[in-house]
Amino acid sequence: MEKRYWKGVEELNNTPEFVRLRDNEFFEHLPVDEVLNRKAASDSSTTRRDFLKFLGFSVAAASLAACEAPVKKAIPYVVKPEEVTLGIPNYYASTYYDGTDYCSVLVKTREGRPIKIEGNELSSITKGGTNARVQASVLSLYDSARLAGPLAGKKKAEWTAIDAEITKKLADASASGKKIAIVSSSIASPSAKKIVADFIAKYPTAKLVTYDAVSSYGIVKGNEMSFGKAVVPSYRFDNAEVILSFGADFLSSWLSPIEFSRQYGVGRKLRDGKKSMSRHIQVESALSLAGSNADARYKVKPSEQSASVAAVYNKVAALAGGSSVSAGASPIDAAAGKIAAELWAAKGKSVVISGSNDPNEQVLVNAINSMLGNYGSTINLDVTSNLQSSNDAAVAELLGEMNAGQVGAVIFWNTNPVYSMPDAKAFTAALAKVSCKISLADREDETASNCDYVCPDHHWLESWGDVEPYKGYFTLSQPTIRPLFSTRQGAESLMKWAGAAQADYYTYLRDFWAAAIYPMQSAMTSFDAFWTKSLQDGVFETAVAGTGAAAFVGNVSDAASKLMKPSAGTDVILYQKTGLGNGNQANNPWLQELPDPISKVCWDNYFAILPSYADKLKVTQGNVIEVKVGNVSIKGPVLLQPAMADNTIAVAVGYGRTNVGKAGNGVGFNAYPFASLTNGAFSYVAAGATVAKTVDEDITLAATQTHHTMMGREIVKETTLSSWLKDAKAGNPDVLIESPYGPKTPEKLDLWATTANPEHEKPNHNWGLGIDLNACIGCGACVVACNAENNVPVVGKDEIGRAREMHWIRIDRYYTSDTTKENAKEKGLGKLSMYGEMEKPAADNPEVFFQPVMCQHCNHAPCETVCPVAATTHSSEGLNMMAYNRCVGTRYCANNCPYKVRRFNWFKYSDNEQFPYNMQDQLGKMVLNPDVVVRSRGVMEKCSMCVQRIQYGKLEAKKAGRRPGDGEIKTACAQSCPTNAIVFGDYNDKNSEVNKLLADPRSYHLLAEINVQPSVFYQTKVRNKEEGHA
Amino acid sequence: MHKESELRPPLILGDKTWHDITEDVCRPVESKANKWWWLAFSVSSAALLWWIISVSYTLGTGLGVWGLNKTVGWAWDITNFVWWVGIGHAGTLISAILLLFRQKWRLSINRSAEAMTIFAVICAATFIVSHMGRPWVGYWPLPLANQFGSLWVNFNSPLVWDVFAISTYFSVSLVFWYTGLIPDFAVIRDRAKTKMSKRIYTILSFGWVGSAKNWQRFEEVSLVLAGLSTPLVLSVHSVVSMDFATSVIPGWHTTIFPPYFVAGAIFSGFAMVQTLLIIVRKVLNLEDYITIYHIDMMNRIILITGSIVGVAYITEFFIAWYSGVEYEQYAFINRATGPYWWAYWSMMTCNVITPQLFWSSKLRENVFATFIISIFVNVGMWFERFVIIVTSLHRDYIPSSWAMYHPTWVEAGIYIGSIGLFFTCFLIFARVFPVIAMSELKTIIKSSSEGEKKKAAKHSNKSESHA
Repeated sequence: MEKRYWKGVEELNNTPEFVRLRDNEFFEHLPVDEVLNRKAASDSSTTRRDFLKFLGFSVAAASLAACEAPVKKAIPYVVKPEEVTLGIPNYYASTYYDGTDYCSVLVKTREGRPIKIEGNELSSITKGGTNARVQASVLSLYDSARLAGPLAGKKKAEWTAIDAEITKKLADASASGKKIAIVSSSIASPSAKKIVADFIAKYPTAKLVTYDAVSSYGIVKGNEMSFGKAVVPSYRFDNAEVILSFGADFLSSWLSPIEFSRQYGVGRKLRDGKKSMSRHIQVESALSLAGSNADARYKVKPSEQSASVAAVYNKVAALAGGSSVSAGASPIDAAAGKIAAELWAAKGKSVVISGSNDPNEQVLVNAINSMLGNYGSTINLDVTSNLQSSNDAAVAELLGEMNAGQVGAVIFWNTNPVYSMPDAKAFTAALAKVSCKISLADREDETASNCDYVCPDHHWLESWGDVEPYKGYFTLSQPTIRPLFSTRQGAESLMKWAGAAQADYYTYLRDFWAAAIYPMQSAMTSFDAFWTKSLQDGVFETAVAGTGAAAFVGNVSDAASKLMKPSAGTDVILYQKTGLGNGNQANNPWLQELPDPISKVCWDNYFAILPSYADKLKVTQGNVIEVKVGNVSIKGPVLLQPAMADNTIAVAVGYGRTNVGKAGNGVGFNAYPFASLTNGAFSYVAAGATVAKTVDEDITLAATQTHHTMMGREIVKETTLSSWLKDAKAGNPDVLIESPYGPKTPEKLDLWATTANPEHEKPNHNWGLGIDLNACIGCGACVVACNAENNVPVVGKDEIGRAREMHWIRIDRYYTSDTTKENAKEKGLGKLSMYGEMEKPAADNPEVFFQPVMCQHCNHAPCETVCPVAATTHSSEGLNMMAYNRCVGTRYCANNCPYKVRRFNWFKYSDNEQFPYNMQDQLGKMVLNPDVVVRSRGVMEKCSMCVQRIQYGKLEAKKAGRRPGDGEIKTACAQSCPTNAIVFGDYNDKNSEVNKLLADPRSYHLLAEINVQPSVFYQTKVRNKEEGHA
Repeated sequence: MHKESELRPPLILGDKTWHDITEDVCRPVESKANKWWWLAFSVSSAALLWWIISVSYTLGTGLGVWGLNKTVGWAWDITNFVWWVGIGHAGTLISAILLLFRQKWRLSINRSAEAMTIFAVICAATFIVSHMGRPWVGYWPLPLANQFGSLWVNFNSPLVWDVFAISTYFSVSLVFWYTGLIPDFAVIRDRAKTKMSKRIYTILSFGWVGSAKNWQRFEEVSLVLAGLSTPLVLSVHSVVSMDFATSVIPGWHTTIFPPYFVAGAIFSGFAMVQTLLIIVRKVLNLEDYITIYHIDMMNRIILITGSIVGVAYITEFFIAWYSGVEYEQYAFINRATGPYWWAYWSMMTCNVITPQLFWSSKLRENVFATFIISIFVNVGMWFERFVIIVTSLHRDYIPSSWAMYHPTWVEAGIYIGSIGLFFTCFLIFARVFPVIAMSELKTIIKSSSEGEKKKAAKHSNKSESHA
């Protein structure tokens, strides 16, 4: 029988009272009628007017409350991760490698966000150096143009579904005997190489096609032809006494620029008793970063470069007793003998390189190096580079196979051929014949938008990985943040499709290291310990056997006969800008706004031509010209560039992206179509161009520097090595001012402060920077590092054009002028016309000077005295400080700054749609350094000498109960510098590096004559040349 | 009473009685405005509207809407500021220094000149505020007690000196001007026909009854204020010049600046007085009071101060050469031959060459020529400040930072709008305040009016014939 429960005794008893109440919904009487009754309402104490009053008050109160700024609460960790302490940065060793640039780095994270890249000093390759592209890459992590998840047929898809489809299609393609191509940029990761091998094992018709946007295949092929080794060797510019470069911009883009810059810096520095420096000779067509640092620079047209190599070859061969080759006349025929003699004198301690991708030219270069005995000393054929392994022949072959319909599937990995192939149309057409197209790009770029599947790769800061840049040198990358989007590492995608046993790439990587790398050492007996140490250091280096030398077996005369012949017409040469490189980071506003080191132009590429050539063409800067090579015709603006070869047009690749994101789309124009696939290798030189002026509206090129000479002022002091050896103060005599007491240095004529009784007491620290102009190569790594460290806003092309860039550090670039104060009289120029002439850079072949200028932190600061509200003041540690909150924006300080380093917030640069860069969206803001205030509109800002880094270093030392050691604290610019040209330190520390440098006779203060007593000093630029000679 | 020779030209023409003066001066206040006034008022208020739009746009968007850049941090803003402050100087000079020197001819022009001073300083002040990056905290340069901690202004900064100089100047000028207005307000009050105007002018005239005690106090206060204002005539523009002179920028760092700026200020101030009064005397029919003699006297001052300014320009060049300083020499060569050569040569033409025409008495006494030359001087003095500020800044020490400055429509709007603000104020002044200090002018009718001189001449002729 069913059990019964009663709600209470009442229900059990079931009294009539209970029944009545139960049927009533409400126990008590509800006065509904009374309320509805009008009389009752009018009796109520709340009148209609009262009601309206209350309503009015409530509405007003609610609106007022709504006016208050929304409160954003920062919520601390409830359960704090062990390794994260709010306000304390964590550094993780990792590796940057994007298919071209290699750099071992430390990633600075704050509260789990990577915010800054620093160089890893443990790497014996890059030794703590970085470049602009590596520095800027942290911003690319927070790029809202990245895909949030995989796409199948342009629609969002799930990873599992997409994997199933792709695996099936790959299997089908393989089964039907159709080829599967993995088109990738150079792969330097040993584990990734193994994954590719696994993939090929699973799908036997698969193959790897290595395609770099800018190929170095010529070097690989050239070495194969010369030594039977298809490799890229390693170079030691620090061991070279004479460097001869034929158009190779080894400080900016050639092979491994960070590493080479570091080595080059070693050879150029005159420190610690070193009395010699390398002699750098550059033979080139366009003015490159390397060329502008050269001691001697010869101009040749691009089509004359091969003949120039042959000319030097002949002279060296004559000295070595070899036979000569014939390759046509070159402009350096006259100078070749002298160059050869210099090389010959530095036998075994010289290096000759060429930027050409023509294997035949590389054979000649190898032959010269071989005759000079450079293999084994400055060039090593055993420690080979894995950084560039592009195979142009394979690319050509693939194109044919795709057109023939033999390719069933293609996977694009870290490469964008639809953008970067010379004939993109032909490539797209061939691609259309492939039935399964997969891209691993992180965004829907030009190639990915032509693909069926996009399986977005992680950003490198989200990735695991390893790189073997050189044989025997290993580095690891580790994720520094959880993936922001539903992305998957490219290697892991391939691994999945290859059906690997491991669950993820991390496990695969560890297994690979345990099997392949761990046995290479014997110091550690546990793999876990080895793994942890390698991960912590970021690097694991082993010794490589071999002398590095090899016997030259190439056929020089055959190679010489196949060289490019000098052309009489106009040549076009492609180059990579120091900022944008091959264009893979074109959506990075820091790089777009980094002034080109040579032209100082931001946000554009252009046809750079010699001013006298422009006169011949009747065009001037900003005019749009149409350059036609074969059937390729491109329009773009003209830039007047001194030091260019005549009849030559230089144009940067990497611009004109269409599918990269808001910042990069439509900036400049794509110059890759000028490249060509000739004789099985990509050529970045084209002869026989025709130029026509168009009627298009002029394009204004926004440059941060519009005046190009020093006007006879001692801004960058210079001397020659021979003069310096005779007199350590050569080129840098003391600044003396005539006074009633005889000539005195400016400090001696001070009315108030003296050395004994300084204006500011600095009892604890006295910070300062020393900049060696001999080591500075002008690369701009410091500029981007400063942007990242100090939350410097990006302002865009229009504002740059108005001379309103916000960079706290700039690199001034000067050309020499044909007219100097000394020779003006001889030229018959009066004072007025002299200055007019001095404004013009020597058009033919001026020398180039770089000078990084940041706030000089004057101890007699003109800015400090004039601020009405004392917003800029002096610290007791020698720093010139800015209190943004106090600034009222009179700009008097900026006017009164003799160095013009102060920057004013003309607009609100954050959260302002007028400036659609990283400070506008929530994602982009994640890169901001929480230690540095984002400045508001209407206030002045400037270099703080990274006061937050100083403070951090001081606190770390304090916690350890000691003084901060010399070199322990570094400003962002000093840290990023690939050549260590910038040294930061404490003048109060008698043994500090910065004090040692200050005592050097080469040191000087900029504008010493006005006695503002800067904390920053410079060191004279020394060129290794004879006085008055090239 | 002071006896004045009949040979001296009369300061009041026509047979004016005391009552005539009252009628002539009060007429514009008591009658309806004519169409010329309305036309001028419409034009200047339109310009004022443009000023409001431009200033609001600047405040709302940021100073980036101007043409300034990293190298040229001041341009039209401070040019206009110095220009307006300079213009103000004539008023104070006329009312203070000429009072102390007992120059009677000042009496016909001091009221308008002082009004001009007040309005010019107001215009100047608008540029101080609008040129700031954060005008909403524009009061921070004032040494006010505050809750920001121990924050104080930086007394080393010439901008703080400016704050003191300009605010003192404005307050003293305002009090001086108002004091002089009191007896005249009382006259209007006594003649007022409507209740409203009676009430307003009663308040404005502070209960003036014209008693001997009133007059005695009036004289004393005037003398004290004249004494206070006299150093201001010299100090205000000296301080303004120190904004530049104490800096390190070549072309700014110049010890000659204080006297050079003061002379320039008086020069431009008198030119502006001429521009204004030549119109006012015509429109308000005051030719009998503001006579050719007055115009001649002011032209002489323009000639003298213009020559001083010219000598200063040449001295600067000489010192630049004599100093042997590279930067200084280039700064001056750049002024004359650089990209802004046209500004320099406009300045030289307008300020140095045109005033020299006043050596000719025919031109000094020609109203039309005076008007044209006064406009030239106004333009020239604007260019002088532009040259000093922009051409010095745009190419200073480090050539890499050299840049050009190009103004925008917003800056043009604020400048032209400030002229609109000035004229709007002045036109309202001309309608509601007595434009000539009639009570004071009446004190010289016995000694210096044409009518009295004629009488006296007749009398003396008589006595001669008797003799």
